[in-house]
Amino acid sequence: MIHARGLTKTFGDVEAVRGIDLDVSAGEIVGLLGPNGAGKTTTMRMLTTLLRPTSGTAAVAGCDLLADPADVRRHIGYVAQGGMIGPFSPVGEELELQARLYGMRRTEAGERVTRLLAELDLSGVERRIAASLSGGQKRRLDIAMGLLHRPDLLFLDEPTTGLDPQSRADLWERVRRRREQDGLTVFLTTHYLEEADALCDRVLIVDHGRIVASGTPRELKSAYGAATLDDVFLSVTGREPREGAAA
Amino acid sequence: MTTLTGPTTAHTLAALIGYHLRGTLKNRFAIVFGAVQPFLYLVLFGPLFDRSGVGSWAVLVPGLLVQLGLMSAGMVGFTIVFDQRFGVLERLRVTPASRVALLLGRVFKDGLVLLVQAVVIIAAGFFLGLRAPLPGVLLGLLLMVVLSVGMASLSYAAALTIKQELFAPVMSTVAIPLMLLSGALLPMSLAPAWLDVVSRLTPFRYAVEALRALFAGAYASPDVLWGVLVTSAFVVIAVAMGTRIFQRENS
Repeated sequence: MIHARGLTKTFGDVEAVRGIDLDVSAGEIVGLLGPNGAGKTTTMRMLTTLLRPTSGTAAVAGCDLLADPADVRRHIGYVAQGGMIGPFSPVGEELELQARLYGMRRTEAGERVTRLLAELDLSGVERRIAASLSGGQKRRLDIAMGLLHRPDLLFLDEPTTGLDPQSRADLWERVRRRREQDGLTVFLTTHYLEEADALCDRVLIVDHGRIVASGTPRELKSAYGAATLDDVFLSVTGREPREGAAA
Repeated sequence: MTTLTGPTTAHTLAALIGYHLRGTLKNRFAIVFGAVQPFLYLVLFGPLFDRSGVGSWAVLVPGLLVQLGLMSAGMVGFTIVFDQRFGVLERLRVTPASRVALLLGRVFKDGLVLLVQAVVIIAAGFFLGLRAPLPGVLLGLLLMVVLSVGMASLSYAAALTIKQELFAPVMSTVAIPLMLLSGALLPMSLAPAWLDVVSRLTPFRYAVEALRALFAGAYASPDVLWGVLVTSAFVVIAVAMGTRIFQRENS
């Protein structure tokens, strides 16, 4: 579903990403784990066509990232870290626009929105504005936005930052269910190690723009003789995972 | 996948214009406010102009329409700053919608809003004594909307390029001299030679003179031809620049 080779991104003199290779198979949930500034978000923004890599190649959802970004966009969903909905416009209008930009007719869009909102326990929010929703509801709404067009691959950038533990566990459960029901592939970034441990089939630890360790949470723990992913992280990067983390 | 072929550009544009229009209609204050300045000129400056011997209402009103197009469309970039901050812009940019559609959805909406504002100004002008042939007024409106679409494109390009806190000062610093040099308030036929030359280097002078000719019923005059040519070139260049900025964020 994702095959990237030698991805780099340089901003001026800063090498944010210094050569990342990664492969994600269909139906996998893979987490990119690392401290703030490690290059997680930059990597994700490259894979979602929002940033053009300085060098390297990638195939995302079967399409060439550089040659055919429009085709990549048709097949992926993306949920940004800071949310994606203006605070004051009715949620239903935002969802309808989104559906129509993927080619749905108005009636089809309406049906799809109603069904997806019901599946995410958000029925009846269409006329409300985003500012009136709770943190957990808003996050589920962002996810609904990313899933509207039934993408094969969903990108989640720090999906549970700022959520309480209950909402966070609820979100993990919903993501897992999507994978089981629809075969959705999920690629996410996080700096919560327990999130990576609980949700991901496979974890890639990224530091200073490179992948420094990868494997299933269990493999990583046994390879480093560690009890938790926190300890793995500490021995791989020499740093506490939340060091310098803003959120 | 719901659609394998992807939406047509017309479908995408219709969805985007509708969406942006609904957003603008929620803020009716902004629509009224955008037309306040030319309206004040019309009511408080127009009567003086009419008696000054420089020209009649049919000379002033076309100028005020270009002023509206320049100043009001010049400020529309403000709205994209909010879309950018709340992630709406990024969300749109991950959809298959073409980059030019993302820009045109906004600027066509702005053109429609400007059209409504312009009709109000013209109606008020008629009330005060403006007399102009209907075909001339309609063609003038069309030219003004085209000009506004170009100006709005540049405004979004500027808003996405320069620092947010500099946007308003930069835009007014650019738009006010362009407006004065266009001869929108007083015809450039009154200008000393150097000012006349400088004025000819700015695109909006040609739009003002074409609009005045159209309001005077001189449809086949060189002024109209030049205005149409310069304004067409302006809108093509401005939309191309705007689209580039929408794309460049991708690089």
